[in-house]
Amino acid sequence: MHPANPLTFEGLGVWIASLLTLFIFSFLYKDNPFYKLAEHLFVGISAGYYVMQEWWAVIYPQCVKPVAHGEHLLMIIPGVLGLFLFSRFIPKAGWLSRWSLAIIIGAYAGIKTTGFAQGDLVAQFQASILPLYVPGHLGASINNVLFLAGLLSTLVFFFFSTEHKGAIKGTAQLGVWFLMVSFGAAYGFTVMARVSLLIGRFQYLLDPWLGVTRF
Amino acid sequence: MTSLLVFLAILAAVALVVAFLIRIPSVATTLARMRRLDRRWIFLAVWVLVMVPLLFPLKLPVAPTARAMQYYEQIDRLKAGDIVLLSADFDPAAGPELVPMLKTSIMQLCRKKVRIVGDCLWPGGPPLLEQAFSEVARDTFHYRYGEDYVNLGFKEGREAVMLAMGNSIPGTFPSDFRGTPVSKLPLMGKVTNLRSVKLLVNVSAGYPGTKEWVQQTQSRFNLKIISGCTAVSAPEYYAYLQSGQLLGLLGGMAGAAEYEKMAGVTGAATKGMDAQSSVHLLVMLCILLGNLAHWAARRLGER
Repeated sequence: MHPANPLTFEGLGVWIASLLTLFIFSFLYKDNPFYKLAEHLFVGISAGYYVMQEWWAVIYPQCVKPVAHGEHLLMIIPGVLGLFLFSRFIPKAGWLSRWSLAIIIGAYAGIKTTGFAQGDLVAQFQASILPLYVPGHLGASINNVLFLAGLLSTLVFFFFSTEHKGAIKGTAQLGVWFLMVSFGAAYGFTVMARVSLLIGRFQYLLDPWLGVTRF
Repeated sequence: MTSLLVFLAILAAVALVVAFLIRIPSVATTLARMRRLDRRWIFLAVWVLVMVPLLFPLKLPVAPTARAMQYYEQIDRLKAGDIVLLSADFDPAAGPELVPMLKTSIMQLCRKKVRIVGDCLWPGGPPLLEQAFSEVARDTFHYRYGEDYVNLGFKEGREAVMLAMGNSIPGTFPSDFRGTPVSKLPLMGKVTNLRSVKLLVNVSAGYPGTKEWVQQTQSRFNLKIISGCTAVSAPEYYAYLQSGQLLGLLGGMAGAAEYEKMAGVTGAATKGMDAQSSVHLLVMLCILLGNLAHWAARRLGER
């Protein structure tokens, strides 16, 4: 590969993206005007991009266009309710936004509750019913016993209706150990995620920008 | 089991040595002083450990895990002509982790001659999906837009969109990413709702994503789901994998690299794994030294 040519349209884009990446990285040394410039550009362009996405992908094709053609006139109702959300900018009419929020909260509470009941509560409960002894599979048996011990002890840790002392304290303590292991695993995955983002930017700087490929 | 015991034995030996050394005042003072290390030295070390393996690859081995194999096998079981839904629920911020698995998924689907309906529940997703479709499906496998694949683009509404797709996909997405009415796309004539698709391949960076697809559609529409997700999300999704609600899971860049290995490609994830492993070693060292510094400071009576 060759370095990006800033005199071409595509190459210029690569140069701008790469320089903005370096501007952002410069914050690791200390705050500076280049970082501020990149940060402000990011915020402004992102806001504009998302507004246009919402308009062209949702509001125009699903509300404005059909209503303008005299179709799906019921879409006027969500359209007006959406406009009500902006009434908060006018103090005297701000109460109108509560109607929209009431519908959003009510609908989403219903959707989330049924989804949680179907996807998490019932299915996860079923999945936690495991044989403690799997003939011929010692590893699976150990796994299932550990799983059950972790599940029960963690549930005991989060049971606050009785004082944690005696056997309950010991079980809750075991639950804490299982939680610590899960936090450690989550931390490890988080490190991997953040490092991946850094690698992605470095790959961009090395390949499309500088044209250095070594694999 | 043997390797675990060896590891634990080494850990115990190191702990004993450290416990002995930390009693020596000069060692304890040196360690305690590390608490005042300028963090920019750590940034520099990370920079070097990422840059050097990218310039001079170590080519460390990548071994596919059972989770990644399940992901691969679910796609491998599809027949030519089957229709899958590919939901790219992410934006450029998660690109380094998810674009490699998105491209490899499209590649495997194209190899199987499976038809793909793509959608996005994140506003920043459509251009990334379009780019992946163009590079892999159109340019490499000569897939025809509208007949072999479509990009429905973004739709706001999160879980409501998922439920609406369970009733009618063309009703939920009346036009595609380019603004073409879906009634003019031959492939969409064969798609009614989520029951029309053989598999949901979800590439997910968070909310809305895999968790919501499982909660809203898996049991309700009897939908088979596999997920490629960011590493941050992966621990939460293991529960769905264990329960069988997810049939395959790729977690972060490591999952993407495992998948690339099975698919026989050397993509961006494989190329990044040397750097990933190097930085992980540094993080482990920093955790170890940080704890030792804290321990030493306590021994010296510092706060």
